[in-house]
Amino acid sequence: MNIVVLVKQVPDTWSERKLSDSDHTLDRASADAVLDEINERAVEEALLAKEAHGGEVTALCMGPERATEAIRKALSMGADKAVHLSDEALHGTDAVGTAKALAKVVGTLESVDMIIAGNESTDGRSGAVPAMLAELLGWPQLTYARSLSLDGSTVTIERETDAGVTSVRAELPAVVSVTEKINEPRYPSFKGIMAAKKKPVSTLTLADAGIDAGEVGLSGALTQMVSSAPAPPKEAGQQVTDEGDGGTRIVEFLSGKNLV
Amino acid sequence: MTASVIASEPPRSPFALTDDQRALKETAGEFAAERIAPEAVRWDRDKHFPVDVLAEAGRLGMGGIYVDEQYGGTGLSRFDAALVFEELATGCPTIAAYISIHNMVAWMIDAFGDQRQREQWLPELCAMRSLGSYCLTEPEAGSDAAALRTRAVLDGDEYVVNGVKQFISGSGYSDVYVVMVRTGESGSGGISTLVIDGRSEGISFGPEESKMGWNAQPTRQVVFSDVRVPVRNRLGEEGIGFRIAMSGLDGGRLNIGACSLGGARAALERSLTYVGQRSAFGSRLGDFQALRFKLADMATELEAARTLLWRAAAALDAKDPEATRLCAMAKRLATDSGFNVANEALQLYGGYGYLSEYGMEKIVRDLRVHQILEGTNEIMRLIISRGLLESNQ
Repeated sequence: MNIVVLVKQVPDTWSERKLSDSDHTLDRASADAVLDEINERAVEEALLAKEAHGGEVTALCMGPERATEAIRKALSMGADKAVHLSDEALHGTDAVGTAKALAKVVGTLESVDMIIAGNESTDGRSGAVPAMLAELLGWPQLTYARSLSLDGSTVTIERETDAGVTSVRAELPAVVSVTEKINEPRYPSFKGIMAAKKKPVSTLTLADAGIDAGEVGLSGALTQMVSSAPAPPKEAGQQVTDEGDGGTRIVEFLSGKNLV
Repeated sequence: MTASVIASEPPRSPFALTDDQRALKETAGEFAAERIAPEAVRWDRDKHFPVDVLAEAGRLGMGGIYVDEQYGGTGLSRFDAALVFEELATGCPTIAAYISIHNMVAWMIDAFGDQRQREQWLPELCAMRSLGSYCLTEPEAGSDAAALRTRAVLDGDEYVVNGVKQFISGSGYSDVYVVMVRTGESGSGGISTLVIDGRSEGISFGPEESKMGWNAQPTRQVVFSDVRVPVRNRLGEEGIGFRIAMSGLDGGRLNIGACSLGGARAALERSLTYVGQRSAFGSRLGDFQALRFKLADMATELEAARTLLWRAAAALDAKDPEATRLCAMAKRLATDSGFNVANEALQLYGGYGYLSEYGMEKIVRDLRVHQILEGTNEIMRLIISRGLLESNQ
């Protein structure tokens, strides 16, 4: 069972995140960068599958040079090796371009049985890349998995969305995206941390992966960010002093908003 | 990479951590924040020793941090360990300190045991599936450890051990006791080291001591009454026990100093949050210059202590002859500064700092004992002054 996990470096959700003024892309220098939390769960699920069925786990990351830190985290958790697609021409790539680039890289890897990804990143939140990747590869897609089980040549997930929970099965190879409910990721062990730097990481440029530079980057993006503005600061709420009529005034407030 | 790029990079700081060290620190910090800190106040209140969380720490490699990898250890340096213990102590100094003691036990077996002894005890200790206790102090032998009286008399291929060990961390829960015993004449030359199984016949444990702090780890006497211990459980030759006991102390002192830094850092961080939110006389507390100056001093004292501790740890790793003196200095400074900073942080927290619920008074209580154990800070001064006078002769 050879599994590829998509890992992405994102700004820490606890830090203040900004878009750059010039092209509305993420200002990566302004915030602490971490391996996306949802990806830690994707890595965990891949490691569980490997522990049960054997095989290898490969972390696949598209991102700037600094993303090696996120790759390292995946390797220290226990992934066997990593592929890092890193090229300045990737700056500003949209979801479609990302999926195209990732599909090309997956094409360079041998005998991949399954790709596991987070259902969405905590920065871009398009939530579209896993599905687009499956489409480009011509593989089935099982998205929003809250549990995953493997049985020989098939993968079954419980798919949880606002509409409910469904059980979905597909033949391998397949793309699975997981939600935050799927597991609790392990901490990297000290041995894992020390072993991570000895694990193979192959760094690919666009040319190495056979990616057409015209399909990625800001210029190749099918969508364009036209404008952006920081979220408005939170305004202070309305304060009501209870003068014996607090209950009545709460009900008046709620009914005024059509909430009761 | 072109030459101009290299030229534009600033020189690497000798204090800069490596990628590995940053990752170790991050893992220990996350483990402390998620698995230890949320329960620390409850464990203290209920006098609960969380062996399940210790086993989890063991799985991550925290049970034999500087033990040979061949026997299940992690094979890291003392410097790395100092980083780890500071982080663990941000969650709870008591738990971090117990893990430090456990590591000293595992390290002693690794450093002085033969291959069979290492194979027998280390894999389980490193995984923290079995826990270790270090038995040196006796009711009437503390700072003057060479006066210890627990006696081991040879009888065939066994020692018969009789005596009492005092203030033993983990006592009653531990599986492996590294015990300093008298096998020969009085004084430091008549001491040997035995590894004793906690289930041995004749071993018993005193009642749990009621303490000011360190409530999340048990402290009890260990009582030996005609306990028969195979000679093959002795570490090294007869008569080197005092040397073994002393050799563990430099590292132990670094670790306990690191635990003080972590506890105090957590207290400082909480007080920073508090003064940022709490207002009095129409201003945030954090806007009063008197309090800002206080916070500046606290941060400075911790950073100074940390810098000295790192220096001492690097010296111990490098087997620098100055290491013992530096470790004594670092232990003295880090545990005094750690206690003072935590105490000041409590003061900044006002009345809430005195309430158990907020966890501030617990840190102060926990850090107080660090000035006493692993050699009191008075003994640290003795060691430092001895070195000073010798080097001046």
